[in-house]
Amino acid sequence: MSCRKERINQLFNVAKQRVLILDGSWGVMFQRMNLTEEDYRSERFTIEKYPGQMKGNNDILNLTRPQNVAKLHDEYFAVGADITETNTFSSTTIAQRDYGLDTQSVIDINFEGARIARASADQWTEKEPNKPRFVAGSIGPLNKMLSMSSDINDPGAREVTFDEVYQAYKEQIEALNRGGIHMYLIETITDTLNCKAAIKAIKDLEDDGLEQLPIWISGTITDRSGRTLSGQTVEAFWYSVRHAKPFCIGLNCALGADLMRPHISTIARIADTMVAAYPNAGLPNEMGQYDETPNETSSKVFKWAEEGFVNILGGCCGTTPDHIRAIAKRVEGIQPREPVKNENSLRLAGLEPFELAV
Amino acid sequence: MMNTASQSFVNIGERTNVTGSARFRKLIVNGDYVKAVEVARQQVENGAQIIDINMDEGMLDGVEAMQKFLNLIAAEPDISRIPFMIDSSKWEVIEAGLKCVQGKAVVNSISLKEGESLFEEQARKCLNYGAAVVVMAFDEVGQADTASRKIEICQRAFKILTETVGISAEDIIFDPNIFAVATGIKEHNNYGVDFIEAVKVIRETCTGCHISGGLSNISFSFRGNEPVRRAMHSVFLYHAIPAGMDMAILNAGQLDIYDEIDSTLRELVEDVILNRNPDATEALVDFAETVRGQPGQFRQKDLKWRELSVEKRLEHALVSGITDFIVEDTEEARASADRPLHVIEGPLMDGMNVVGDLFGSGKMFLPQVVKSARVMKVAVAYLDPFMQAEKDELGIGDKSNGKVLMATVKGDVHDIGKNIVAVVLACNGYEIIDMGVMVPCEEILAKAQEEQVDIIGLSGLITPSLDEMVYVAREMQRLDMKQPLLIGGATTSPAHTAVKIDPSRTNGPTIHVSDASRAFTVVSSLLSNAESPLFVETEQAKYQRMRERRSGGPPKPRHPIDVARSHRHQLSSVAIPAPSYIGSKVFDDFDLSELSQYIDWTPYFVNWNLAGRYPQILEDEVVGKAARELWHDTQIMMKQITGENWFTPKAVIGFWGAARHGDDIRLQNGEILHTLRQQMVKNNQRPNYALSDFIAQYDDHIGAFAVTAGPEAEQLAIRFESKADDYSAIMVKAIANRFAEAMAEYMHETVRKELWGYAMDEDLNKPDLINEAYSGIRPAPGYPCQPDHTEKATIFSLLQADRIGMKMTSTYAMSPAPSVSGLYLAHPESVYFSVGRIERDQVQDYALRKGMDLPVAERWLGPILNYEPSEFE
Repeated sequence: MSCRKERINQLFNVAKQRVLILDGSWGVMFQRMNLTEEDYRSERFTIEKYPGQMKGNNDILNLTRPQNVAKLHDEYFAVGADITETNTFSSTTIAQRDYGLDTQSVIDINFEGARIARASADQWTEKEPNKPRFVAGSIGPLNKMLSMSSDINDPGAREVTFDEVYQAYKEQIEALNRGGIHMYLIETITDTLNCKAAIKAIKDLEDDGLEQLPIWISGTITDRSGRTLSGQTVEAFWYSVRHAKPFCIGLNCALGADLMRPHISTIARIADTMVAAYPNAGLPNEMGQYDETPNETSSKVFKWAEEGFVNILGGCCGTTPDHIRAIAKRVEGIQPREPVKNENSLRLAGLEPFELAV
Repeated sequence: MMNTASQSFVNIGERTNVTGSARFRKLIVNGDYVKAVEVARQQVENGAQIIDINMDEGMLDGVEAMQKFLNLIAAEPDISRIPFMIDSSKWEVIEAGLKCVQGKAVVNSISLKEGESLFEEQARKCLNYGAAVVVMAFDEVGQADTASRKIEICQRAFKILTETVGISAEDIIFDPNIFAVATGIKEHNNYGVDFIEAVKVIRETCTGCHISGGLSNISFSFRGNEPVRRAMHSVFLYHAIPAGMDMAILNAGQLDIYDEIDSTLRELVEDVILNRNPDATEALVDFAETVRGQPGQFRQKDLKWRELSVEKRLEHALVSGITDFIVEDTEEARASADRPLHVIEGPLMDGMNVVGDLFGSGKMFLPQVVKSARVMKVAVAYLDPFMQAEKDELGIGDKSNGKVLMATVKGDVHDIGKNIVAVVLACNGYEIIDMGVMVPCEEILAKAQEEQVDIIGLSGLITPSLDEMVYVAREMQRLDMKQPLLIGGATTSPAHTAVKIDPSRTNGPTIHVSDASRAFTVVSSLLSNAESPLFVETEQAKYQRMRERRSGGPPKPRHPIDVARSHRHQLSSVAIPAPSYIGSKVFDDFDLSELSQYIDWTPYFVNWNLAGRYPQILEDEVVGKAARELWHDTQIMMKQITGENWFTPKAVIGFWGAARHGDDIRLQNGEILHTLRQQMVKNNQRPNYALSDFIAQYDDHIGAFAVTAGPEAEQLAIRFESKADDYSAIMVKAIANRFAEAMAEYMHETVRKELWGYAMDEDLNKPDLINEAYSGIRPAPGYPCQPDHTEKATIFSLLQADRIGMKMTSTYAMSPAPSVSGLYLAHPESVYFSVGRIERDQVQDYALRKGMDLPVAERWLGPILNYEPSEFE
């Protein structure tokens, strides 16, 4: 059995024993490093070859400032995270098109992102064998949606095709896998069809022989309507991605813990697999900053663990190592949720769920 | 439970299919996608739960048309809320469609037509795209026509899909081919039967699968003859659904009701579908010709119902979903009714009940029910201004009997029942806050708190709604919301409410409302102070029994009543003096200060939701501060009450010669007091008590009492309320209740020591009194020793309690409110006990003794029945 397979089995085992902790936000942490345009570019991405601004393209730091990236993984592991995400949220050819990056660079970002995270995780596991650390390959939502019209005058118009999205994800997924991640994390899903393209890419790659890894799917309920940006309810979303047979389903981003609570409790009631949640540190203030303190966030999300809603907790926008430390401390010793057993109904979905019992 | 076929039968809209609808084909070929989208919308509005989309037309680029149409309807939330079925005989069109749907769709179809490897490949793709599949009964040899071929192919496909490809059984939908019958070719005559037979076996052997089919195929040979085609469709479904067909592609707007089909036509069609005789086709064709030849004939026949009574016409309009005459019929009914509301409560509700029954028995389908509801809406809308005018006239326009929040829970869009309930309640003067459909739990509860509603009503028609309702109940518990929670809608049931919802909260009642006609009774009972406790207790007891039955635990074992009687308490012979007088006497000279010494204050704090024993409660860590403040204010009011004689307590006490007669107590004056006996099986040697056990068989006596603190408290409360001083209003009523209880205690002591005088030497302090350390008992009807409230009537008439201003309501509540009444039993062996649950044999006997109808007795004894009375079955 490969070392990675063994670690994945460990993941399944520890997930049954305790609530696992995912790391927190990356954007805030990079901002605090005050990196310059030059730091982002390094030697490889010269202004001549890649015009326009590169600062803000955090994923490229995997290639240009790998030590900064490694430092963040370490920081999160140090405060008690079990799982870290690769710094590859926007690492698809479609998202990187905005920075003019070529396909090979995008593949490199993913591959290196996986290797940096994996090196950090392996070091920590060696140091603390009783608390193995894991790497989740971050697969973000793209800035283009397959279910939504790109032209207000033509509801049938689409900016990208399924095949393009599928292809972009396929490249990212393969690179992340070969770079050594322990699981895929398709996250911040605003359009379920994009997510389904990613799932199809994973499944097709597996059918073609790529090593199988656990899938974690994390949707985003964008506002008080209780729907994804593409209009689905939480249940409909779950029914639409359930064929991935994910190891974990959950929600992240857009909402703070208060507003996420009803939706995560809905998932907890219907999901026959593990459930994860990593909300933002509240809603942004007028300045776009997150004010919720580690104590506030942790006291809200730890209740979810207590109520048996979740198997994995972490933080999204605005959360810091201090938030993660607070969460990790509070959930210590709490039993993780048991997946529910569902009747074998035919479950379909449009924007809303459909169920036909046998 | 209403687990009939129609509840779990899914209708798939067929109109967005270019091969089935000439109109849709024309629209698509001409590129009129705007109108084509409207076709989809109509299907959804007519009740399609999935829509089938097919672009297989020689003139079209199927891939492009499929993608364009799917992208367009994705932008219409009222269409894209339901799942899509992507229908094509070309795989590339199906795959193009799968790339456009974010939800979980159904592929229609794949088959073994071109061998196993292609079948597996396509199935695997469906799996990776995340779609369910329709599998057609088609193999390398051809399309299956006989039952055995259909079964064989489906079983083979099932094995490949579940074992090799890894598709879950529940994601597999078989289409065993509906073929045209009555084509004139003899070999086709059995196609209907073949399908139905095959469905049965496939459902049994391919565990977990579903069955669908294209319904309109069956009637293909009657193209152009709509009446016959529609009858054939309804009859076919009527037989195929019970066999296990749980989906069909059909025109959701056009389904006849099985029972409403002209009986001659229905017979002929049934002969054809079920292949009941060799001449069936010919007979139906002949009949069809007469219909086709004279298209007006059916119309005329249809209009015969216009000659019926107005009630029957309204019923017909509702059942058939006809709005043409509804306004004139409603007006006619209104003109002859006393009040416009009576039209709703009478003929319209009756009609909707017929709809409900037909739906429940599988003779009506959801789209038809939707149409019925529309007719109902039109009728109610017509009556609305009349009801408003009536309200204005009576000046009750703004007066509300209570606030009821109604919502269809999240995930569910069905609101017919909920709307009817809302109308019925609104007409009865309740303020309705209707939050509509798909309402998340959080919004329901937030609104309920914001509006301070008295009752929350949840509705739902689909199974997942049940879980959502459980969730709402749990959240109400978590948020400490005490309002009654009403549960209604087609999938809900008393059993589910009892087993799943009711136990989710302990802080307030949860009541299942079986249909709209019950809603008014339930709501008015819940909001009536007098009726609510008995009503809630009865419902809760009913649910408790259901839970026990469900959990396999039998209702607790009970003795047959004659066995219980043989275990009665054997009374020792003790000399008890005769009372000082026989008959009843009024007492009205009381000193409030002296009475106040007899007050047990613990229940007073309970009145104010402060838990704890007095006086320790004043030092309680949690509620001590609140208790002390309340106590301080109470003392001030007590000073006024006693100083200014706010109350005028009165009592009437009587004694009579009495003797035990079975479980009854016969008085010398001819009156009979009825008692109930414990039937529980006891492990120890303890007797099965009835109050009659404490009366000797000869020459004994019994006493009765009615005491009241007087009517003043209620008047004072109203005065406080008018000054917006609710605090004092509640306080004066709560104190008055304590005075009534104190009166009962004080009079009991006087009875023991003087009036009856069987315990003249008694010397008890106040705590002993509260702990019931005295000899003899004073049981009150409505309490555990005698749970039957109606016994109060006998006591009232014995005592002529109206002499001291006491009255009884129709629900046997006493007025003025601060009053107590009961019996005096003097024997030292008499004890307080709880009758507990009793069996049907005793209730029948009791009803007979009391001269009551059994259902009436069962209603009053509802909370203690150990069985399910027939009306609940």
